Amino acid sequence: MASYNLDESYLYQAAGPFAITTQDLNVYYGNHQATFNANLKFPSNRITALIGASGSGKSTFLRSLNRLNDGIARVTGKIEYQGIDINQAAVNVYEVRRRIGMVFQHPNPFAKSIYENIAFPLKQLGMTSDLSNRVEESLRAAALWDEVHDKLQESALDLSGGQQQRLCIARAIAVKPEILLMDEPTSALDPISSRKIEATMQQLKKDYTIIIVTHNMQQAARSSDFTAFFHLGHVIEFNKTSHLFTTPRMPTTEDYISGHFG
Amino acid sequence: MNDVQRKLMQPSAATKQDRRGKIISLICIVFILILTVSLIGFIAVRGLATFFTNHVSLREFFFSSAWNPGQLGKNGQPQVGAAAMITASFAVTLLSAILATPFAVAVALYMTELAPKRGARLLQPVIELLVGIPSVVYGFIGLIVVVPAIRTLFGGTGFGVLAGSLVLFVMILPTITSLTIDSLKQVPDYYRSASLALGATRWQTIYKVILRAALPGILTAVVFGMARAFGEALAVQMVIGNAALMPTSLVTPTATLTSQLTSQMGDTIMGTLPNNALWSLALVLLLMSVIFNVLIKWIGKRGEMQK
Amino acid sequence: MKKSTNVTAQRNNRWALLGIKAMVGVVVLILIALLGDILITGLPHVSWHFLTSPSKDFGAGGGIANQLFNSIYILVLTLLISCPIALGAGIYLSEFARPNFLTSVIRTIIEVLSSLPSIVIGLFGYLILVIKFQFDFSIFSGAIAVMLVNLPLLTRNTEEALHAVPQTQREAGWALGLSKWRTISRIILPAAIPGLVTGVILSAGRIFGEAAALIYTAGQSAPLISYTNWNPFSPTSFLNPMRPAETLAVHIWKLNTDGITPDATQISSGASAVLIIVILIIILGSRWLGSYLYRKMGGTKS
Repeated sequence: MASYNLDESYLYQAAGPFAITTQDLNVYYGNHQATFNANLKFPSNRITALIGASGSGKSTFLRSLNRLNDGIARVTGKIEYQGIDINQAAVNVYEVRRRIGMVFQHPNPFAKSIYENIAFPLKQLGMTSDLSNRVEESLRAAALWDEVHDKLQESALDLSGGQQQRLCIARAIAVKPEILLMDEPTSALDPISSRKIEATMQQLKKDYTIIIVTHNMQQAARSSDFTAFFHLGHVIEFNKTSHLFTTPRMPTTEDYISGHFG
Repeated sequence: MNDVQRKLMQPSAATKQDRRGKIISLICIVFILILTVSLIGFIAVRGLATFFTNHVSLREFFFSSAWNPGQLGKNGQPQVGAAAMITASFAVTLLSAILATPFAVAVALYMTELAPKRGARLLQPVIELLVGIPSVVYGFIGLIVVVPAIRTLFGGTGFGVLAGSLVLFVMILPTITSLTIDSLKQVPDYYRSASLALGATRWQTIYKVILRAALPGILTAVVFGMARAFGEALAVQMVIGNAALMPTSLVTPTATLTSQLTSQMGDTIMGTLPNNALWSLALVLLLMSVIFNVLIKWIGKRGEMQK
Repeated sequence: MKKSTNVTAQRNNRWALLGIKAMVGVVVLILIALLGDILITGLPHVSWHFLTSPSKDFGAGGGIANQLFNSIYILVLTLLISCPIALGAGIYLSEFARPNFLTSVIRTIIEVLSSLPSIVIGLFGYLILVIKFQFDFSIFSGAIAVMLVNLPLLTRNTEEALHAVPQTQREAGWALGLSKWRTISRIILPAAIPGLVTGVILSAGRIFGEAAALIYTAGQSAPLISYTNWNPFSPTSFLNPMRPAETLAVHIWKLNTDGITPDATQISSGASAVLIIVILIIILGSRWLGSYLYRKMGGTKS
C-alpha cells in the first residue's frame, strides 16, 4: 500500500441549502483519534454516502452527528444544525436525536408487536394523536405496509431480516425527523432485501436528508447523490457521486474505488 | 431564536426523567454501600474492644488455645485464645476444598469436554439441587448419617473436623463446579482442535492444554469454595462437637469460629469480655472474607497477565 | 520407542477418562442418596396434622405450622424490600455506572457484602436491629438481615439480566430521542424480564432455606399466634411483624442443638422433607417460568 498525504483533500462545494454541516470535527476514543478535522456539508433532501475501508472513521463520524457517541467518545468541533452548534453540552440531546433519526447495521426492532414498534416511541414522545394513521403512513413510507398490514399485532421478531430493517426505517421516520442517518443498513441483509431498502431510500429523499455509511461501493454509486470518501479518519474527497466514481480527484480515492486496498 | 432552536436549547421532559432515574438508582446503590460500610464498621468496633477495652494482647488471641473468657487463668488474666477455633476453621476449609476440588473438576470436565450435551443436561440440575439444599439440612444429614458413621469407623463421638469437612465437601462442591465450568468454557476451541490434531489423546489435551489454560479460573473457583466453607455456620456447628479445644485429631470435638459464634452469642451479656471476645471472632471471619476476596482479585489479575 | 509411548498414552487416556466418569458417578450418587434419605425418612412424618399444628418444646408430637408460616412471611417481606432496591442498584451498575475508579470501588464493596458469612450478617442485625434499635427478635429484624444476605446476589443478577439485553436495543431507544431512563424502563427492563424473574425465584429458594442470618434476628422461638387475629399490631396476630418468629430452617437447627424435644429427629426429618420439597418446587418453577417467558417474549422464530 502506497503512503498517501492525508492532509490533502478535495471538497466539492455543493449548492445549499444544507441540512447539517460539520466544522473541524475530531473524535477521540481515549487517546486514540478516530476522526480528524472533518469538514462536510450535507445538502438537504439528498442522499450522501460515506465510504471507506473498515476503521476509516466513517461510522464514528456518523454516530457523532446525532450525539450517539456521548459517553463513549470525546467529540470536538462544530456540528451545525438549524443554525445551532448541537455539539455543546447545553443542547437538548433528546431533541437532537428525535430530529436526526438513525437506522443501524443490524435490525433492532423492539420485542413488541409490529404496531407497537412504531406506536410505542410515538406514545413515549407524547405524539398520541392519530396513532394508527401514523403507523400506517410510516409503514407505507418504508414500503412495508403491504407485507404486514394484516398482522400488525404479531411480534416484530417474527419478521425476516429485511422486513425488520424496513420496520426500523418506519420506526425512525414515524417520529418525523429531518435527517436520517443510516449505518450500513443493508450489510446484514440479502441482495433482494438490500435492493428494496435502496428503493425505499429513493422515495424517502423527497422528505428527508439521508446520510448513509456503506461498505458496498456499488450501493453508494447506485443510490447516492454525493459521496464522501474517508481514509484513516480523514475526509479525503467529497464530490458528486457520479464524479467521484468516474473521475476521482485524489489518488487515494482512485486506489480505493479501483480496489487496490480496503 | 426560532421555535426549533428554542426546543434544541431547552431541557425537556426527557431531561427530567433521566435525572430522576439516575437519582433513584443511585439512592439504591448508596443504600447498599452505607449498610455494608456500617456493617464492617460496627463489627470492627465491637471486635476491637477486646483488645482496646479489655487489653487482651493480639498474641494471646491468635496463639493461645485456652478459650475461657469468663474466667481468669493461672496468670490472673482472662483466657481469650482463639487459636483452636482459627485452626479448626482452617482445617475444615482446607480439607473440604482438597476433597471437593477433584470431584468438582471431574464433573466440570465431564460437562464441558467429555459429554457437553448429554452430560450438561443431566448434571446441571444436580448442581442446582446441591446448591438449593439449605445448610441446616446438610447439617442435619451430617448429624444423623455422617457423625454415627465416623463413630462406628473411628470410635469416639464422631463429632469433629472430619465430620465438618465431609459436610462442607458436599456444600462447596457445586460452587467450585459451576465456576470451573465457566473457566473451562472460556478456553478457546482452537486450543482443543490444535492439540487433538497434533495427535494428543483426549486426556493429554485436557491435562496439558485445557486445565493449564483454565488454571487461574479453577483456582478462583476453589478460593470461592473455601470462602463459603470458612463462613458456613450452622451445618458445621451441628457436627463439629462445639468444644473450644485445639483439634488433636480429625475425630475429636472442636469448634470453628462460626460454630463458636453460633452457639455462644446468645449466652453472653453485651459489653462484657466474653461477649467482646465473640465479636473478635466475628471480626476475624469478616477479615478472612475480605482476604478471600483480595485473593480472588489477585488470581484474576495474574491470570490475565499470563494471557 | 514411539509406539510404546503411544500405547502408554492411550492407556493413560482410557484410565483417566474412566476416573472422571467414576467421580461424576460418585457425585450423582451423593445427590441421590441425600435426596432419597431426606425424602424417605422425612415424608412418613409429614401429615396434615404435622403441617397444621404448632410445635411443642418438651413433648412429642409437635407440628411445624407456625414455623412454616413464619418462613413464608419472612420470605415475602424480604422479597418486598430487596427487589426494588436490587432493581435500582442493578440498573445503576448496568446502565449508569461509568467504567472508572469509583465504580470499581462500588463493585468491590458489593462483592465483599456478598462474600460475608451469613452468620456475620445475622450478628450485625442482632447488634443493630435487635439491641440498638430495640426491634427485638422479630420478623422485621429477620427480614432486614436476610435482605442484606440477598441484596448483593439479587443486584448482581439484575445487572447481568440487564447486561444480557443487546446494546442495539438501547441505541434504538436513544436514536428515537427517548430518554435514557425511558429506554431502560420501557425497553430494556421488559426485555430482561425472564432473567429477572428467574433470579428472584432462585433467591426465594435461598431465603427460604436461610437460617444463620435468622437465629439472632428473627429469634428461636415461635410463640402461639392466632390466624384469626387480623390486627397486625396485636402481639398474638399472625400478621404482626414485630413478634419473634422461628422459621422452618431455624427450627431444624434448634431441635438438633438443644435436644429437649423427644422426637426431635422425626420432626427434623419431616421438616427437612418439607423444606426440600418447597425448594424443589421453587427451582423447577423458576426453570419452567424462565423458559415460558423466553418463549413468550422471543417470538416463534428468532
